Amino acid sequence: MIELIAFYTFAILIIISFVIVVTSKNALYSMSALASGMILISGLFFLLNADFLGAVQLIVYTGAVIALYAFAMIFFDTARDIKESKSSKLIFILTGFSSVLLVLIMTVPLATGNVEALYPIHEGVGNSQDVGMVLFTKYLIPFEVTAVMLLVAMIGGIIMAGKKMDEGIIELKEELKQ
Amino acid sequence: MIGLEHYMILTTVLFMIGLYGVVVRKNLLMLFFATEIMLNAVNIGLTAISNHYGDLTGQMFAFFIIAIAASEVAIGLGLLIIWFKRHGTIDLDSLQSMKG
Repeated sequence: MIELIAFYTFAILIIISFVIVVTSKNALYSMSALASGMILISGLFFLLNADFLGAVQLIVYTGAVIALYAFAMIFFDTARDIKESKSSKLIFILTGFSSVLLVLIMTVPLATGNVEALYPIHEGVGNSQDVGMVLFTKYLIPFEVTAVMLLVAMIGGIIMAGKKMDEGIIELKEELKQ
Repeated sequence: MIGLEHYMILTTVLFMIGLYGVVVRKNLLMLFFATEIMLNAVNIGLTAISNHYGDLTGQMFAFFIIAIAASEVAIGLGLLIIWFKRHGTIDLDSLQSMKG
């Protein structure tokens, strides 16, 4: 019973905060709503017995990604209202239809076929331990490739954001005009 | 116990919100936010399926999606900062530089 109440509370709050993200005219409000939505999603992960994933969601998304957005917003003028393109009913219907289609493509094979667990969850073993055992035995190479990808992304981010950091925006514009 | 259907409906709704945001918003930063929403929606779906079948594969995929999202943000924001320094705006309309 408490599970059901928790699920519906989380689900409704997540939907509300993400609707605010998509519809808000102010970038700062949008980012705050995104952060709250991320935190609530970690609650759903805890509900699904994925403790480690919930903690990772809290640390990586709310801690790192949102903080990165917050720092990047220093560069942009966020106080200005954002121009919007006209939203028609057709776009709404089309996006709804395509997302239903995508979820059906993902779910129908699971519902009809007899799925056997490839890496079953062990009884009496904590989720973090279980995840570690599978991640470092069966998914070791993707894990290493992910590490290399994160390194590449870090170097790329530093180079692109740090390029001509000492020069102001106005000087760069004048350089372009010449 | 909450069935898989509830979670899949939530995934559909959240993915729809994200896709709607990608189509409608004109600000590039807002496009990034909408992409994050879509990635999170898929994460919820994968974890729900993982819980339903007692299988860890869904959670593994969710981890890799989180890693990909983190690197996407790092690269994307770097490009966005360069674009803003050059043009002074991050509206999508300013990207039409190849218009004849």
